Amino acid sequence: MSCLDLSAVELSASIKEGKTTVKEAVEAVFSRIEEREDSLNCYVTLDKEGALKSAEQIQKKIDAGELTGPLAGVPVAIKDNLCTEGLLTTCSSKILGNFVPTYSSEAVINLQKAGAVILGKTNMDEFAMGSTSETSAFGPTKNPWNTDHVPGGSSGGSAAAVAAGECFYALGSDTGGSIRQPAAYCGVVGMKPTYGTVSRYGLIAYGSSLDQIGPLSRNVSDCAAILEVISSHDKKDSTSVERDDTDFTSALVDDVKGMKIGIPRDYFKEGLDNEVRDKVLAAAKVLEEKGAIVEEFDLSLVEYAIPAYYTIAAAEASSNLERFDGVKYGFRAEDCEELHQMYKRSRSQGFGPEVKRRIMLGSFVLSSGYYDAYYLKALRVKALIKKAFDEAFAKYDVILAPCAPTTAPKLGASLSDPIKMYLSDIYTISVNLAGLPGISLPCGMDKNGLPIGLQLIGDCFKEKKLIQTAYSYEQARGAFPLAKEGK
Amino acid sequence: MANVITDETIEYVGILAKLELSLEEKEQAKKDMASMLDYIDKLGELDTTGIEPMSHVFPVHNVFREDKITNGDDRENILQNAPEEKNGMFVVPSTF
Amino acid sequence: MAKQYETVIGLEVHVELATKTKIFCGCSTAFGGEPNTHTCPVCTGMPGSLPVLNKQVLEYAIGVGLATNCDITRNCKFDRKNYFYPDNPQNYQISQLYLPICRNGYVEIETEEGSKKVGIHEIHMEEDAGKLIHDEWDDCSLVDYNRSGVPLIEIVSEPDMRSEQEVIAYLEKLRLIIQYLGASDCKLQEGSMRADVNLSVREVGAKEFGTRTEMKNLNSFKAIARAIEGERARQIDLLEDGEEVIQETRRWDDTKETSYAMRSKEDAQDYRYFPDPDLVPVVVSDELLESIRAKQPEFRTEKMARYAKEYDIPAYDIEIITGSKRMADLFEETVAICGQPKKVSNWLMVETMRLLKEQDMEAEDIRFSPAHLAALIQMTEKKEINSSVAKEVFEVMFNEDVDPAAYVEEKGLKTVHDEGALRKTIEEIVAANPQSVEDYRNGKEKAIGFLVGQTMKAMKGKADPGLVNQILKELL
Repeated sequence: MSCLDLSAVELSASIKEGKTTVKEAVEAVFSRIEEREDSLNCYVTLDKEGALKSAEQIQKKIDAGELTGPLAGVPVAIKDNLCTEGLLTTCSSKILGNFVPTYSSEAVINLQKAGAVILGKTNMDEFAMGSTSETSAFGPTKNPWNTDHVPGGSSGGSAAAVAAGECFYALGSDTGGSIRQPAAYCGVVGMKPTYGTVSRYGLIAYGSSLDQIGPLSRNVSDCAAILEVISSHDKKDSTSVERDDTDFTSALVDDVKGMKIGIPRDYFKEGLDNEVRDKVLAAAKVLEEKGAIVEEFDLSLVEYAIPAYYTIAAAEASSNLERFDGVKYGFRAEDCEELHQMYKRSRSQGFGPEVKRRIMLGSFVLSSGYYDAYYLKALRVKALIKKAFDEAFAKYDVILAPCAPTTAPKLGASLSDPIKMYLSDIYTISVNLAGLPGISLPCGMDKNGLPIGLQLIGDCFKEKKLIQTAYSYEQARGAFPLAKEGK
Repeated sequence: MANVITDETIEYVGILAKLELSLEEKEQAKKDMASMLDYIDKLGELDTTGIEPMSHVFPVHNVFREDKITNGDDRENILQNAPEEKNGMFVVPSTF
Repeated sequence: MAKQYETVIGLEVHVELATKTKIFCGCSTAFGGEPNTHTCPVCTGMPGSLPVLNKQVLEYAIGVGLATNCDITRNCKFDRKNYFYPDNPQNYQISQLYLPICRNGYVEIETEEGSKKVGIHEIHMEEDAGKLIHDEWDDCSLVDYNRSGVPLIEIVSEPDMRSEQEVIAYLEKLRLIIQYLGASDCKLQEGSMRADVNLSVREVGAKEFGTRTEMKNLNSFKAIARAIEGERARQIDLLEDGEEVIQETRRWDDTKETSYAMRSKEDAQDYRYFPDPDLVPVVVSDELLESIRAKQPEFRTEKMARYAKEYDIPAYDIEIITGSKRMADLFEETVAICGQPKKVSNWLMVETMRLLKEQDMEAEDIRFSPAHLAALIQMTEKKEINSSVAKEVFEVMFNEDVDPAAYVEEKGLKTVHDEGALRKTIEEIVAANPQSVEDYRNGKEKAIGFLVGQTMKAMKGKADPGLVNQILKELL
């Protein structure tokens, strides 16, 4: 058995037991990368040299008993919108095509303290704006189950790398479903924690009030261990929440007896693929058989989440992305003699079409005369959506739903119609608006051999209930395979 | 209630967002923005009278730092990615 | 008959707060560093960096609000003001539009026409921009972010002022309040206090305001007065010619005594304000408000009353001394060391004021310490130095803050009390000037002055003048 078949936690245990070394793990994963990267394009930047160097240091610390955590020595892939000191960080955009941060994001620092080996930076939709990873300036990532299909997005590179064994786990970011949806499309576990649980310091912002960093992993146990490591109260992030219940691995308990699970009828209406519906409901059945109390209910407001989200996210993004102007870092258009010409050319040449589309929309909804009608209206709808979830969680511990309406679409199928692409996030977006935790895990395959994702949503700060439910389901389901040589 | 985006609006938004669009891009942007606004207009169906706009989902407030110097001279790092640098400063086209 | 016009003026005053660090990061606010040496990812807008509010900024802002009779907003927020300019590294400035920290205040001003209230519309907290330097060699601009993120409060008045005298009185009042609070040194020349003037004119008796313009780049009280005069004349000329005043921002050029419009096609003046999602709301609790209220200093009026009660010094001295926080502090601290309020006041009123005027300095620029002034006074009292030496020492102290005792010692300026030595010198002087001795003995009282002068000269100014007189009279 190759060490590549081990989960992150299993690999670390194996290293600590001396059965394998950090270097062997890094080399094995790089040979897998060399095999598959040409067809998949999971990474923007690979850092084999740096990984081997840190492998050596980490091995020493493990041998000396200084690193004992569950992730010590395990190679990880980092989404390219998380700053990594000394390592190119591009957001898959030409405008940051040469940007080398001089600081690391807090989540990455937390991983490094726990003995993670960074392999490289994963491809994504440009500035996390997209649901397919096709808006990357460095070409699309392919779905490792079938390379004619997208891996989802925006954390498509991270999800595909985990599914293809090109890393043992990865970090992603989730603004409207960007961890959970690609996890569903690629057949891996992806989790977005409660807003404020993981510091956003060093995460290049898209929609600041919605962005949250989270893990993509091979199973729920890894997911809990990773989340436990990356969660921290960070004084550099004003929106970081101080909590004392981040021992998430304590929730890895195979027991859902009495767990109240609600299924929102609204999520199973028009637009949902039959195969997805059947597999998700079958998963609910499994949990019911294990003793959970499963009920249908009306969540309401589902169709308002996407328009509210696009208004808020675009508005925040239009402001967050103003700093990319060719003055301090990144791409600057050549031969500009006048300041505003330099701004306009650098930004027009540096940003791709989807990013420009959202910046334009965001600038418009905040502009004089429209702020109340669009932006404030969206914030009011957000309040209503939050209230609807509050009411649901008064009755249920967990909400069970599909993660996306379909399995992974073919490459190019949704690029031409933005709204169609946005609809693929219909089941994930409201979770971000309400700041809730959500997890996606595989619950089967469609007839074309593409994975289907089950989404579990919890109340704020109730990650443990999600982890317990997901873990219990996973125990019943059995191991889900990696995407071996796909098509 | 279909929205129509005029050339002037696209021009104006281009000034705000510092984006310079080709003619073709402008036409596309007009269509895209109109259809997205049509979509967003769906929010108008909801009665939100008396609902406070929600910026932050949690009632977190009063996050402060103490007035203590924690940073030293970081100039080298700050300038490391500068497209153009002179005398320890960033170079931009003349603003005078 | 020519129409009579009234000028309507409102002010936007920016004050740099005297915090040690910037508003949203732990970088120093100190002046004078090499370019970009007081910067970090936050104040240079690096990707992924996030702001955290400096608590002292909030406390200063509330302090100023309380001192200017404002309502303090118990639930305030920060908003982003979006505009592109290279001195603004994020291309948005974090400021407050929707819920500023203070609202609805006023200050009372005194002019020759009596006293009057000037309303304060609001005070908000915001971050300062960096500095742009023109590089003529390469015809480009260079950006230094050392000032980027330095905390500011912007005090927005109501359009309640009608003349440059009122404007200056208002600014001086604000400056004094803020200096007393220690919230800023408020130096116009150095830019730690900046005023933008909103001005319109209307016919006397008109109910509606005219169209206003905003004037920027005013860095002295004189420039403000000239700009108001200039802009009033420009607007009246336009109206007299049947033209309209355009609402615009104008830049005052004080050397040319003229202003010009700052307009650009790229400048849409649509700032797309929205609440900054990276910062959480500020809730001002009763406890915080009361603790700031309790820490409010004694302001000028109270101080004047107390001085009148505690110190036997003239009312005029009290007015001058309390007219500057620095001066009042110096006075009180010096008196605390050496007593002698009258003497201390004299040094401040006469020599200090003279040197400030001569050197075109403000009281805030005074460098010498109360301990040194006290030491000087004590040395004079003990007759260790005479008054002319004291003045000489004071001037050196004023310029370099030297320790007077050490300086007197080093330069050998101590008064000579050795009667034997003095007598010997005087005997020589008397012997060398028979004519003057003759004159004195013939009743020319003045002649003794010449002899005293000669003695002092021979003693290099260090003699005790009383003793010199006494010995001379004896000998003659």
